[in-house]
Amino acid sequence: MTAGPAAGEPLVLVDQVRKAFNGVTVLNGLSFEVAAGEVCCIIGPSGSGKSTLLRCINRLEKIEGGMIYLAGRPVGVMPHGSKLREMRQRELAGQRRDIGMVFQSFNLFAHKTVLANIIEAPLVVKKTSRADAVRDAHALLARVGLTGRADAYPDQLSGGQQQRVAIARSLAMNPKLMLFDEPTSALDPELVGEVLAVMKDLAEGGMTMIVVTHEMSFARDVADRVIFMDAGEIVESGSPEQVLRNPSHARTRSFLARVS
Amino acid sequence: MDQHSAEQDVTQPPLRLDAKDIVRTPKPRQWIGTVIALLLASMFLHMLVTNANLQWRVVWSYLFSSEILHGVLLTLELTVLAMLAGLVIGIILAVMRLSDNPLLQRLSWLWIWFFRGVPPLVQLIFWYNLASLVQSVSVGVPYGPSFVSWQTNSLITPFTAALLGLSFTESAYAAEMIRAGIQAVNRGQVEAAHSLGMTSAQAMRRIVLPQALRIVIPPIGNDTISMLKFTSLVSVLALPDLLYSAQEVYARTYQTIPLLLVATLWYLALTTVLTVAEHALEKRLRRGHGGPSGAAVRSQSRWRLFDWHRPLPTVAP
Repeated sequence: MTAGPAAGEPLVLVDQVRKAFNGVTVLNGLSFEVAAGEVCCIIGPSGSGKSTLLRCINRLEKIEGGMIYLAGRPVGVMPHGSKLREMRQRELAGQRRDIGMVFQSFNLFAHKTVLANIIEAPLVVKKTSRADAVRDAHALLARVGLTGRADAYPDQLSGGQQQRVAIARSLAMNPKLMLFDEPTSALDPELVGEVLAVMKDLAEGGMTMIVVTHEMSFARDVADRVIFMDAGEIVESGSPEQVLRNPSHARTRSFLARVS
Repeated sequence: MDQHSAEQDVTQPPLRLDAKDIVRTPKPRQWIGTVIALLLASMFLHMLVTNANLQWRVVWSYLFSSEILHGVLLTLELTVLAMLAGLVIGIILAVMRLSDNPLLQRLSWLWIWFFRGVPPLVQLIFWYNLASLVQSVSVGVPYGPSFVSWQTNSLITPFTAALLGLSFTESAYAAEMIRAGIQAVNRGQVEAAHSLGMTSAQAMRRIVLPQALRIVIPPIGNDTISMLKFTSLVSVLALPDLLYSAQEVYARTYQTIPLLLVATLWYLALTTVLTVAEHALEKRLRRGHGGPSGAAVRSQSRWRLFDWHRPLPTVAP
């Protein structure tokens, strides 16, 4: 659909983004970029705006200042004369096809089987033929280790299985970018590993990923870059080595001391 | 002797209590109530059997007569059509009510306010007399030329008047139930649909409505039972439903009570079948997969004039 980013152009560019809820600033003019193929983990205390930032990237939340670009195109808005206008439903839907999102609470379609969950968007949005969609879905299920569960309903699966289906469902749209909003926070401890393994596999396959997480081990082992956010700002950003082992800011240090 | 000294008494082993020895607690007041109820019931049964005015033979001879059966058929037809039309309009109203457009919201509110507020009987008569208000109905450019035009008199038969009145009333109640059902579907479902590139309309049609309808099936089943009874109002339009068919017979034969009994038995039989079907459906839905718990909306229907045993409406989350 959209042209790939030009050489050197970041896939995601967040530029001076501001956002407030009822007058309370949540994102305070923060900027960063993510290159294609990069895995970026966002860590920070709860209430620091991590999830909001993620939701702004696919326009589940609107921003009030600054701009977010996906592959060079502004997210959720169109040029309108010398000004901007909000995208129409169809335009926004078209842009969101390129951005997969995995939620903390899975959000699988409760009335549909695993297979129906995965083929829904390809059938309805991309108008893929049913045969192709089903074939792709089975391949994706194999990839997330859930061969044979195609006919189960979400409430028959464990949290870890549901989250893996949710990942497969997003991947079915062939997104350029995957957003993970605390994907393991709602899981029992023994189920976290299976989801992280699928994510790690995805990262190694070259997927561009932005992951909001409390799993420091995942950030350390898989991320190319770690961003530490606090109070709507990026406090520190760099390699996992830098941010997690040798943080230069006191706020980062005190956060890391609290979570480890 | 008090308990303390009993425990001290070594010559007498302590009494060991055992729940096996529990006998029924005597409840004299319950017994009196039961006797009175049985007495009244037996008097009623005695009246049913011995009162010659009931004329059970006449009841039996008309119960399956073609005139009455046609009435039953029309009653069922009206019930089904009015419910279907009411639900379709109700879904549209619910979506309008929840839309971002304040005009649509208010139009929906106005419709619901009007049709919940006007008694269905008044509506039936009003629709039937529509021709006195509007002489013709036409399709065309508003305030411009019209392409097709009908005389209202030929359009509004007793049947269409009945259908309009019943389905519009139902639509107002259905809209409120479906709105509650839509609101009970987790917000995350829509966000997931959006993040996959679905438009709001696609998310509503494919993801939210199927789950919302599953939640509101029990109250809709209940409304269907109410609708079956409300169709008897159409007898004022001389539409030969079950009640009017019975009335027609007794207008000829003066066998008023037996024919009212015929109608009563049929209504009871039909509502019983619907109630059993509704319970079976409800049970199946509760066992089935998917969808949030419908408990919050299960008792949303406000068309509860005759259902005193039902819990009061609760507010959906």
